[in-house]
Amino acid sequence: MQIQSTVAVLPNDNIDTDQIIPARFLKTISKEGLGDQLFCDWRYNADGSPKADFVLNTPAAKASKVLLAGDNFGCGSSREHAPWALTQYGFQAVLSTSFADIFKQNSLKNRLLPIVMPKDAHAALFVALEKDPALQVTIDLPAQTLSWPGGPAVEFPIDAFAKDCLLEGVDEIGYVLKQDSAITAFEAQRSISLNTLA
Amino acid sequence: MPSNKPRTIIEKVWDNHIVAQREGAPAVLFIDLHLVHEVTSPQAFSGLRERGVKVRRPDLTFATVDHSTPTTPRNLPIVDQIAATQVAQLEKNATEFGIPYFGFQNLNQGIVHVIGPEQGLTQPGMTVVCGDSHTATHGAFGALAFGIGTSEVEMVLATQCLLQRPSKTFEVKVEGTLKPGVSAKDIILALCAKIGIGGGTGCVFEFTGSAIRALSMEERMTVCNMSIEAGARAGLIAPDEKTYEYIKGRKFAPKGEEWDKAVAFWKTLPTDEGATYDYTVSIDADALEPMITFGTNPGMGMAISGAVPDPASQSDPLERESLRKALQYMNLQAGQPIAGQKIDVVFIGSCTNSRMTDLRAAASVLKGRKVSPSVRVMVVPGSQEIKRQAEAEGLDQVFRDAGAEWREAGCSMCIAMNGDQLSPGQYSVSTSNRNFEGRQGKGGRTFLASPLTAAASAVTGVVTDVRSL
Repeated sequence: MQIQSTVAVLPNDNIDTDQIIPARFLKTISKEGLGDQLFCDWRYNADGSPKADFVLNTPAAKASKVLLAGDNFGCGSSREHAPWALTQYGFQAVLSTSFADIFKQNSLKNRLLPIVMPKDAHAALFVALEKDPALQVTIDLPAQTLSWPGGPAVEFPIDAFAKDCLLEGVDEIGYVLKQDSAITAFEAQRSISLNTLA
Repeated sequence: MPSNKPRTIIEKVWDNHIVAQREGAPAVLFIDLHLVHEVTSPQAFSGLRERGVKVRRPDLTFATVDHSTPTTPRNLPIVDQIAATQVAQLEKNATEFGIPYFGFQNLNQGIVHVIGPEQGLTQPGMTVVCGDSHTATHGAFGALAFGIGTSEVEMVLATQCLLQRPSKTFEVKVEGTLKPGVSAKDIILALCAKIGIGGGTGCVFEFTGSAIRALSMEERMTVCNMSIEAGARAGLIAPDEKTYEYIKGRKFAPKGEEWDKAVAFWKTLPTDEGATYDYTVSIDADALEPMITFGTNPGMGMAISGAVPDPASQSDPLERESLRKALQYMNLQAGQPIAGQKIDVVFIGSCTNSRMTDLRAAASVLKGRKVSPSVRVMVVPGSQEIKRQAEAEGLDQVFRDAGAEWREAGCSMCIAMNGDQLSPGQYSVSTSNRNFEGRQGKGGRTFLASPLTAAASAVTGVVTDVRSL
């Protein structure tokens, strides 16, 4: 899995999932149709027209597969609608210095890479993109590296199991379903019954 | 575990639930209780249908509607057709997959994190999950309880297990005695302000200390509820006599011999002497004042006697910019005292503060007083059971006499999915858990605070320290 792309920049810390996809769009019973509502309240005027100066409305951002954001991306609500909206817009990776736990898990299950960067490299990438907004970054998942022309080669951490699942297309639910006998054995040996609704 | 190494309660609950642990892979963790609501589950049930898989343990699964349901009288239909479809879909899914379900008209319907404990479903030592980040509420009982996404909801429905790595352990030690006017909500808002909204990322909190032990079960739920607002996926409190007393006799609590066995087991759960945590932070309960947020995340909080901070005082450029944007959104000036800020709405409710203790606290302030004519005050009980109990105590009359609205149970204006919402530019003092931009309605501005502070502010029409009334 290799991604080479320009970068859309949202230089805010603590971007919460209520911004990524406001709660009023969570009444859907489908996963589809969320891309147009990504960052809805930052992206559109009151009359529904796109705000020309908001990054996601620019043609450059629309062609980008990578989003660069401030620290602690994806905090707040557990809504998986957030990675659904990000991937439906076209993003395949988000770069930050840290991610909220639930968002990180949700992203990995939707083939959206949450890439944790060291603070200095993160700051350097902001500077490089200010100089050259057309700069392309390259993300190499097998090698766990992120690089750009003139920049440092950044190694990023990723859960080894999640990486294998992404690279080999492992279905995690299928993986646990196959452990049926272990689950059955566990259920049988519990000394304290907590079967509250049985 | 074979080793005699002292363990925290967090590690004990974790160890008790490992089904399988392959090298290099996350643990397969057994889930004792899976709570399901209408917003984050429909896509998971669709996934089960596509796989042709059943719910493995419907007896450990429990569903209710709370997020997109109106809080208007229950004899009225759900007007919002998209919300009505979502509610109907959960009923269909619960019926098809054989899951116990408290529907919109059920006399025990309520916010999922309120009714779990209320029904005795939540018990010490359990693993509890729900497609909702405030699942940590159940940690008040010594359960390892955390929010999950919809893919994980599907996994738990299909397997009753989750793939998990252990979290770091983080002790939040609260020693001392809370002063009058200071409550459980102020403890957790103080933690959020102290370590920031990402301070507990990757961790599970254990709340310890004399101030925590002194809290009632309902107050402990308020504290654990907002663990996620300080970044931790879960936060728990070791069970004690108060915990057992609360659970005993509830509908799904163990009975007879099972009860004795359960209590004996629960007594083994508290953290061993000598156990160590990865991180520790201390909060001095004696020094706490009523807290309130001023910005656009729960970490942007301060004592109610304080003044709005100046972005220029922040050294980190991104943090300076975040604060500047927050004050711009809130339309507040650096240096202005937060007390005295005019407000439009007061919301008393949510999984954080909608239980009897909270309603009694708010009523104690509103009794014999009138809410300011410029303020709309909504009181939304956490469950239909709480609504009945409050009415039996006459609290509804106190609220109505004061000029507040007394509504039906649900999440309501905490998440503003059901029509209960702020208009653009309006300010609220809210007992809920999030002050993110637009959280209570597009363009709305939220000050998070305790029920006491909310009720005091309702009376004056401005942000008010309850001790000054």
